[in-house]
Amino acid sequence: MSNAATFDSRTDTAIPVESPLAYSYRRSGAPQAGSPSWLQLRERAMLGHLILRGGAIVLDEAVRDVLGISLPGQPQALVQDASGERSIQWLSPDEWLVIVPGGEEFPLETKLREHLGDAHFAISDVSGGQTLLELSGEAARELLMKTVIYDVHPSNFPVGKGVTTVFAKATTILRRPSEERWELVVRRSFADYCYRWLLDAAAEYGVNVQQ
Amino acid sequence: MSQSKQQMYRLNTGGRIDRSHTLSFTFNGERYQGHPGDTLASALLANGVDIVNRSFKYSRPRGIVAAGAEEPNAIVQLGSTEAAQVPNVRATQQALYDGLTASSTNGWPNVQRDLMGLIGKLSGQFMPPGFYYKTFMAPASMWLTYEKYIRMAAGLGCSPMEVDPDSYDHLHQHCDVLVVGAGAAGLAAALAAARSGARVIVADEQEEMGGSLLDSRETLDGKPADQWVARVLAELAGCENVTLLSRTTANGYHDHNFVTLHERRTEHLGETAPVVHGHRQVRSRMHRVRVGQVILTTGAHERPLVYAGNDVPGNLLAGAVSTYIRRYGVAPGRKLVLSTSNDYGYRAALDWNEAGCEVVAVVDAREAPAGDWVDATRAQGIKIITGSAVIEAKGSNRVTAARVAKIDIEAFKVSGPVQELACDTIASSGGYSPVIHLASHTGARPTWRDDILGFVPGLVKGVQACGGANGCYALCDVLAEGVEAGIKAAAAMGHAAQTVSLPSAEQLQQGPAVALFQVPHEKPTLRGPKQLVDLQNDVTAAGIELATREGFESIEHIKRYTAMGFGTDQGKLGNINGMAIAARCLGRSIPEVGTTVFRPNYTPVTFGAIVGRHCRDLFDPERYTALHQWHVERGAEFEDVGQWKRPWYYPQKVNGKAETMHEAVARECLAVREKVGILDASTLGKIDIQGPDAREFLARIYTNKWEKLAVGKCRYGLMCKDDGMVTDDGVTSCLAENHFLMTTTTGGAAAILEWLELWHQTEWPELDVYFSSVTDHWATMTITGPEARKLLAEISDIDLDRDSFKFMDWRSGKVGGVPARVFRISFTGELTFEINVQANYAMHVWQTLFKHGEKYGLTPYGTETMHVLRAEKGFIIVGQETDGSVTPEDLGMQWAIGYDKPYSWIGKRALIRSDTKRENRKQLVGLRPKDPKVVLEEGAQIVLDPKHAIPMPMVGHVTSSYYSPVLDSGFALAVVKGGHQKLGETVYLPMADGQTHEAEIVSTIFYDPKGERQNV
Amino acid sequence: MFYIYCPYCGEHREEEEFHPKGQAHIERPKEPEACSDEEWGDYLFFRDNPRGVHHEMWVHAVGCRKFFNVTRHTVSYEILETYKMGEQPSITAGSQNQPRLAHAVSQKEGVRA
Repeated sequence: MSNAATFDSRTDTAIPVESPLAYSYRRSGAPQAGSPSWLQLRERAMLGHLILRGGAIVLDEAVRDVLGISLPGQPQALVQDASGERSIQWLSPDEWLVIVPGGEEFPLETKLREHLGDAHFAISDVSGGQTLLELSGEAARELLMKTVIYDVHPSNFPVGKGVTTVFAKATTILRRPSEERWELVVRRSFADYCYRWLLDAAAEYGVNVQQ
Repeated sequence: MSQSKQQMYRLNTGGRIDRSHTLSFTFNGERYQGHPGDTLASALLANGVDIVNRSFKYSRPRGIVAAGAEEPNAIVQLGSTEAAQVPNVRATQQALYDGLTASSTNGWPNVQRDLMGLIGKLSGQFMPPGFYYKTFMAPASMWLTYEKYIRMAAGLGCSPMEVDPDSYDHLHQHCDVLVVGAGAAGLAAALAAARSGARVIVADEQEEMGGSLLDSRETLDGKPADQWVARVLAELAGCENVTLLSRTTANGYHDHNFVTLHERRTEHLGETAPVVHGHRQVRSRMHRVRVGQVILTTGAHERPLVYAGNDVPGNLLAGAVSTYIRRYGVAPGRKLVLSTSNDYGYRAALDWNEAGCEVVAVVDAREAPAGDWVDATRAQGIKIITGSAVIEAKGSNRVTAARVAKIDIEAFKVSGPVQELACDTIASSGGYSPVIHLASHTGARPTWRDDILGFVPGLVKGVQACGGANGCYALCDVLAEGVEAGIKAAAAMGHAAQTVSLPSAEQLQQGPAVALFQVPHEKPTLRGPKQLVDLQNDVTAAGIELATREGFESIEHIKRYTAMGFGTDQGKLGNINGMAIAARCLGRSIPEVGTTVFRPNYTPVTFGAIVGRHCRDLFDPERYTALHQWHVERGAEFEDVGQWKRPWYYPQKVNGKAETMHEAVARECLAVREKVGILDASTLGKIDIQGPDAREFLARIYTNKWEKLAVGKCRYGLMCKDDGMVTDDGVTSCLAENHFLMTTTTGGAAAILEWLELWHQTEWPELDVYFSSVTDHWATMTITGPEARKLLAEISDIDLDRDSFKFMDWRSGKVGGVPARVFRISFTGELTFEINVQANYAMHVWQTLFKHGEKYGLTPYGTETMHVLRAEKGFIIVGQETDGSVTPEDLGMQWAIGYDKPYSWIGKRALIRSDTKRENRKQLVGLRPKDPKVVLEEGAQIVLDPKHAIPMPMVGHVTSSYYSPVLDSGFALAVVKGGHQKLGETVYLPMADGQTHEAEIVSTIFYDPKGERQNV
Repeated sequence: MFYIYCPYCGEHREEEEFHPKGQAHIERPKEPEACSDEEWGDYLFFRDNPRGVHHEMWVHAVGCRKFFNVTRHTVSYEILETYKMGEQPSITAGSQNQPRLAHAVSQKEGVRA
């Protein structure tokens, strides 16, 4: 075993939780302006987020066996399982972001640790530290052009790509899981800033926030 | 006033204006009318408004000179309300809309009767370059007074004093090919690049794309050139890979082909942006474009000739005359004299004559002009005076006559008798200057070409210039250059060329131009009437000549001395003439005098577009903890710590009155010392460290030892840079043999993670260890005070017994039903538990603590109380007690230095340098003011002898200072030279108000020196 | 605004994603205690400031978080190559590979307008 401490941070579902945007909804509301097909924003809260670190060769087999997805070895690659519920994204040559349905992250970490045994790797649970915002609609790309410095043109940002980049004066992990959808992974403490930024930048189109 | 009277210079036919609609506008309080398609300038000319401004320095009346970005005079202030004020707009670039309100930038009390003009007239002769500096230099103390009046008189436009209702933004763009300027060359280049499939952006600063083709006399495929423009634009608009941006100025060209484009999206529609479907549109937008290949098709500016009185209203550029007639249906006068050095100028005479106005004469500096346009002019019966030039314009508020004479360019003198031709308009053409401004922004130096009498741009990697910008003026050549550039640029980005068939342009015969810049006058330049070089900055030929006589030889120095090409003008009309004059005076060639450089912005950019959305609430990110809502509802005052908003203190209402900070902090401090307090410490940086070499890594990066820290234990660690100076501190806990959790200061979190990665990636890649930030994952709630254990015991299953869960231990278990890691560490000196839970559960746990905490007097406290409590214990704050020049030993923290560790850890070597071992270093001590009521000022300087003559030798300064409620006294931490050896000594703190405080040097630990309270 | 090729991400990225970290190839002495004060001072404080080709370390801070090296011309600001940590530059001030930087050579000293 890797001789690291594991910690299941989740508990009884009766205990109330607050997503990183809980404060933002109270403060800025959730506008229902314009048509969803034009621009829609949705937080997918409480998902399981793990940072996986190690050599690609070391991790690949374990990830495939445990998660049923092969580890993306190419820079900026994002892979998902058939349901689209579980994904792994390349963050750096020895770092990946795994996102799974909420509650799956601890069993997944445990299984990966078992599988990897004494190999040198690290798994960090960051589920409480970030949240995923989903952006869709025709105006989504232009809204992203106002927001991130990375080139989001389809020729440069096809489905299955993900990057870490600058979001206004904060940072984000931007991914494109499908033709219609963009995903922004933002840090909890910056989430309100990001949310307010998106609402402000979207004001000229009208945005529909799905809670 | 009848319609015709109102627009008395409007032609009945021609131009691209819509005569079926009329727009009203106001200029300097007078109402006028114009048409859709007009610029403010063309509408003013149509209404016969001669004087549009007063000049900057001499306050001379000025009229419209040009028709585009190069206009130096018609700089106006827009806006009918305070909030809508926009300064520095060129009337030639402002589309007319109904209700437009504009006024002159300069001129007091008004442009017609300018009081300052009197001063200009009287003192004009006596205001050489450097006048202000020379005249108002002494006494130096008075300069600010002089400057205020000079500035008021000069008038540089006004910024709005009320909040702008509009929003602005940035758009991050990327493209293969950026075409700057959509004239003939630009459209040809864009077409070629677009057909290859490249991602193309075409930016053009005008209302309509097409450039000179919109008012050209020439035909393409035998049809008016604007028909070809329309066809090309239709094709480009239909291409998915092409973005067309009109009203968009490429204002800056930066490193590695990064170009900023300022798009004026709604400025042509009204004072504020319109609301569409209930959504207010963005007024102005900055496109930040990363470009593969830049094509500069920015064209050329016509160069005016420099002659006496050339700034009197009614002096225009020849090309501008044509543009006003052909594009806007306005003849800017009735009787024209044209002064030219080349064939191109003749078009103005032809257009003027064909518009039904009188051409008094064409005055050509060449002895024997010959070419198609010259022939056409002769054929229309227009008089041509050769070997001559207009040497002076007569008139004060409007040209009344042109003085014409034979000139000898070589000898720079008037060589024949002067005749006076009555006229109201003088057009001049000295040839073209390629618009090289953008290329200059990159730092590339332009090159002078004698054959075109102009500079062509120097080019960095990935940029081409073609057409007028490259000194190529014949339409058929311009189009060919454009296509070639488009193909080349697309190919460089991996897009294969597609055929582009060029329209056939007329083959015109042209004679060579003559190099004429300043026209000689009968009187020497220094004594003759003013010959303006830079109209916007009031720089005269005499001023430049004087500068050269005073020893300024480099053009860069001459520019600074005379102000030529300064400000928003950036030398568009004047720079080349100025250089030519300097060259003549210095007896050198133009390239020998130096090349010229232009700076961003090409034309003024509104601050809104520069700022974009980064203003007001979005000026900077505000980081919140998971408990922010609670703090807000509790009425906390917040403190900025980096980008975090941390509760500073929680003022309560006492008898309906809110506590002061002092009262709140005193209450919070006592609550912690006597009962129990709670702090949201979630902002501390947390780094998850895993790997078999984690422990070794910690030993190298921290100053203290880590080899024996057992699982379940925590340790305070101090971090230095390799110069031995403290850079961060925090508690690191051993979670498992190969697993540690490091905490950092709130402000240091990101930098420390990068610091760890730096050493791992560059110096110690052999160590098997990984670092990940978990700062945001955990919420940290610190409960501290004698009642802390009792409170926690109520809601936790962890064994909290003082002998099993010891100080500097951590345990996991549940708190309020939520899995938690609890650390027994203390930053207050009291019994403390730091509860860490996954952030999404934080609010529940915090509220549960309060549900149970009331009976124990649980009191939330903020950063101010935290500071007081830690200072009472002598705990340092990195960045407050340290400033990058403080070693662990200076802090008296020898206990945290493992000199005998096997690896030479970061900072160790530097700690044995002579300077770090020096005895007289500033060392951290406590200060107790002799008067307990005194709270010393942080930053106050410390001296040993307050009677010493000023300057007193300063031996240190106060780093932290507070009032302590438990001590009922002020106290401070300070750094004092050799302070560790000075315990018990008295020091003095002379203050700015004349008071001198006295204080005793004491231990840094003011409260509970034995450290018993954290172990209750 | 530079456009920097990150050798780990395999693509050009905007300068805003990076932090400059000073001169590249500054190695920490293996035995610090064996250094004289002067040698240690040199390691700590003294850096080259060449006019021309310069090697710098950068980190892709908002990205893969990897440190790497950049060979940059300090007059033209052109980035001649980037390479991973532990690798050596193929272009140096004296190397034959150095492309002719036409504009850099023609550029004169002097202030700008």
